[in-house]
Amino acid sequence: MPRAGRWNDMEITKDLTVPKLFLQAAKKYGDKKVAMREKEFGLWIPITWKQYYENVKRIALGMVSLGLERGDKVAMIGDNRPEALWAEMAAMCVGGVGVWLFQDSLIDEVQHIIDHSDSKLMVGEGQEEVDKCLMIKGRCPKLRRMIWDDPKGMRAYDDPFLISLKEVMRLGEELEKKEPGLFEDTIQRGTGEEVCLLFYTSGTTSVPKGVLLTHNNMLTMGLNLMRVDPYSETDDFVSYLPFAWIGEQMMSISCGIQAGFTLNFPEEPETAQTDTREIGPHMMFAPPRVYEQMVRNVQVKYLDASWSKRKAYELAMKIGYHVAELKFSKKAIPWHWKILQTAASAGVHRKLKDHLGLSRIRYTYTGGAAMGPDHFRFFHAIGVNLKQIYGQTEIAGISVLHRDGDIKFDTVGKPIPETEVGITAEGEIISKSPSVFQGYYKMPEETEKTLRDGWLHSGDTGFIDSEGHLVVFDRTKDVMTLSDGTRFAPQYLETRLKFSPYIKDVWAIGDKRPYVTGVVCIDYGVVGKWADDRNIAYTSYQELSQVPEVCELVRKEIVKMNRDLPSVARIRKFMNLYKEFDADDDELTRTRKLRRAFVEERYRDIVSGLYSNADRIQMDTNITYEDGRVARIKADLRVMQVSE
Amino acid sequence: MAPVDEAQLKVSHLSMAFGGVQALWEVSFEVKKGEIFSIIGPNGAGKTVLLNCINGLYRPQEGEIYLEGREITKLRAYHRARLGISRTFQKIELFKGATVLDNIRLGRHIHLKTGLISGSIYLGKTAREEIEHRKFIEREIIDFLEIEHIRDKIVGMLPYGLQKRVELARALALNPKILLLDEPLAGLNLEEVEDMARFILDINEEERWQTTCVLVEHDMGVVMDISHRVIALNFGEKIAEGTPPEVRNDPHVIQAYLGDEEDLYATRR
Repeated sequence: MPRAGRWNDMEITKDLTVPKLFLQAAKKYGDKKVAMREKEFGLWIPITWKQYYENVKRIALGMVSLGLERGDKVAMIGDNRPEALWAEMAAMCVGGVGVWLFQDSLIDEVQHIIDHSDSKLMVGEGQEEVDKCLMIKGRCPKLRRMIWDDPKGMRAYDDPFLISLKEVMRLGEELEKKEPGLFEDTIQRGTGEEVCLLFYTSGTTSVPKGVLLTHNNMLTMGLNLMRVDPYSETDDFVSYLPFAWIGEQMMSISCGIQAGFTLNFPEEPETAQTDTREIGPHMMFAPPRVYEQMVRNVQVKYLDASWSKRKAYELAMKIGYHVAELKFSKKAIPWHWKILQTAASAGVHRKLKDHLGLSRIRYTYTGGAAMGPDHFRFFHAIGVNLKQIYGQTEIAGISVLHRDGDIKFDTVGKPIPETEVGITAEGEIISKSPSVFQGYYKMPEETEKTLRDGWLHSGDTGFIDSEGHLVVFDRTKDVMTLSDGTRFAPQYLETRLKFSPYIKDVWAIGDKRPYVTGVVCIDYGVVGKWADDRNIAYTSYQELSQVPEVCELVRKEIVKMNRDLPSVARIRKFMNLYKEFDADDDELTRTRKLRRAFVEERYRDIVSGLYSNADRIQMDTNITYEDGRVARIKADLRVMQVSE
Repeated sequence: MAPVDEAQLKVSHLSMAFGGVQALWEVSFEVKKGEIFSIIGPNGAGKTVLLNCINGLYRPQEGEIYLEGREITKLRAYHRARLGISRTFQKIELFKGATVLDNIRLGRHIHLKTGLISGSIYLGKTAREEIEHRKFIEREIIDFLEIEHIRDKIVGMLPYGLQKRVELARALALNPKILLLDEPLAGLNLEEVEDMARFILDINEEERWQTTCVLVEHDMGVVMDISHRVIALNFGEKIAEGTPPEVRNDPHVIQAYLGDEEDLYATRR
């Protein structure tokens, strides 16, 4: 019985694999349904399931011709595009294991992951990825070939190590002629307990660890998620976040292959927002920074709008916030508020949603990092069903989720079916489900620490509240102890402050210190425009960040936030950093989480300056560009006081 | 593309004066098909005047210009454009109030066969023609120059570096035989310079384009890296011609750029 696209009566047996479902879906839909679309040359080009199948078949057999065997690893790097997913699916079909790299990974990260994962093949998009590969191939002896697909700029490359995707597909066709049926036989030989993906977690503290996930892990997670929030085959999803992030795999692979919805790939990463608006997806899963950026866009447009538009927005938001508040507290909405809400929605909210690409959205998820309550309220005020998700790569994506109509923005919701979540005596969140990973690749000690008696130890602190919702406090090691001994999550301060359109990133410091301080990264675009409007001259981010008026602007934002906080948790001093936090400088993980231990070490002059009487801090440091160039920066930074 | 030994553009004894200023004096050179040919020289050496003479904005007082053996000295600029000479400008000359796409379309206008009447009715052939041109613009220009994200943006709102790229896009839309580039790297940051240099190389080398490029540029690093041949002008006169290393080591060029000791002394006084 074909089960693809009918997840509601699906049973995940030990035999079931992602490729088997892929095969079923391809047979079921054939030419009749669009599997994916890619925007190219300004047009959305549809790819049917039949084309999807044919392409995957050719690539898979081509990989076999290149010597790929069951259990071999295939590393992949590049932007989201159909070819990327074909290659991943192809590797899985022949029993290979996909290893995804972030497209902006620096050369050392690429080398470490390729070498550590024992990858045999590497699949990259074009010249940039090829250059990276050629630089490291001497140091990765197990790597055999590199496959590329975008011919731009590739005319002068004749290294026999390289092979184009077209050529691989041609090899696949030859093999198909020689051994017809080989492809489907190979798929049928797979079992659900085989590893299909090897994920390198970004790790806020240590070297990346390789998470081994099986077909069953991926499929059970997707199925259990859809038991809470059903997706259908007529839905659309836009795939633009890195495939190296479990969240994107969870939507594109775990759910996509079971529900059979259509994946849409934007033209370029830069066009993702406008392309999303054109598609109007039904569900979306993104880390908080994506939503934070949406809010910032709205706030900036608001600052620029005419008086009447500003008033209309303010009024509609007031209504929206009130109704959202009633919903959060699960109170009935009086009829007159319902009328007002309808008017606000027709006049303002609907248009806002359309501009944000959320006009048809049913489920919106955020996860991967903490999101501030203000952002959360904003989306519910305009009628977007934004929900928190909690999980790890180690549990194939997610394990806990808000239910519709039961949303509390300080919690992450309740466990999905077949999932148990508990709290240890030390307050650590642990979970157990069929989606829990198989261990870290070649790291038995780490595996033992994380996986005990089938329970996944998350390293996060939290508790379960009276309604059964999980509350995630923070990474255990990140929770700070304030001067009066209370424990406080710095993320709370940071996410609150990030609601200001002028502030892009914050790092709150205060663990075992006499008072709390903050290091702020201003938003260059927004603050730059603010300065332009006031005829404040600046030439660079560094200069703008130290302009007295800008420091004052940030101070006002902090004062506003401080009002709602207990006295000990208030930020007393801050400074604007001369640059944005950047993953290339190791300050953030590739999923943009702050690596506190690292920044504490890197900016120890700033930290000691913030806890001294100095009103200026001298900085002298290096920054790294994506191509590996290093530049030296000297800066004179202002320390700002925030009075009570 | 490896240059072919065949003069595609020939400039012979070109002279031009503005009142008492001799902007060009007896300048002669040949640009071979498939070459990246650079013109260097200090400020006021006559480089832009030379480009203006080649594409027909200026009429030289003496000398001739030949394109593929045909004399074009007396042709008007739009006529030369039709023959395949396209250019970018040192100071951006785009329609700032129009979108990127519309600016590029203007570069394509010369290839439109539609007349006023059929254009207003917009049926059959006219619509098909427009779609063909749009396909060309999307496939060969927008994708190639990586400007998908700004195709519907108003040019005047874009940062300088992107405007420069749009200028190149418009020049390319003409599908030129020879592309004249007037300081394409001026005012760009390091990353943009690298991108632009890569585009120029692609335009010259990609099988699709293989276009001859005549480059006026001050960034010596890039000029010496990507040019096949270079000439140096000083006060309107050609003072050197040859491969990049030859020109770099030419004593006249060194003198023109650095001045000699006496000059230095003179300016200090």
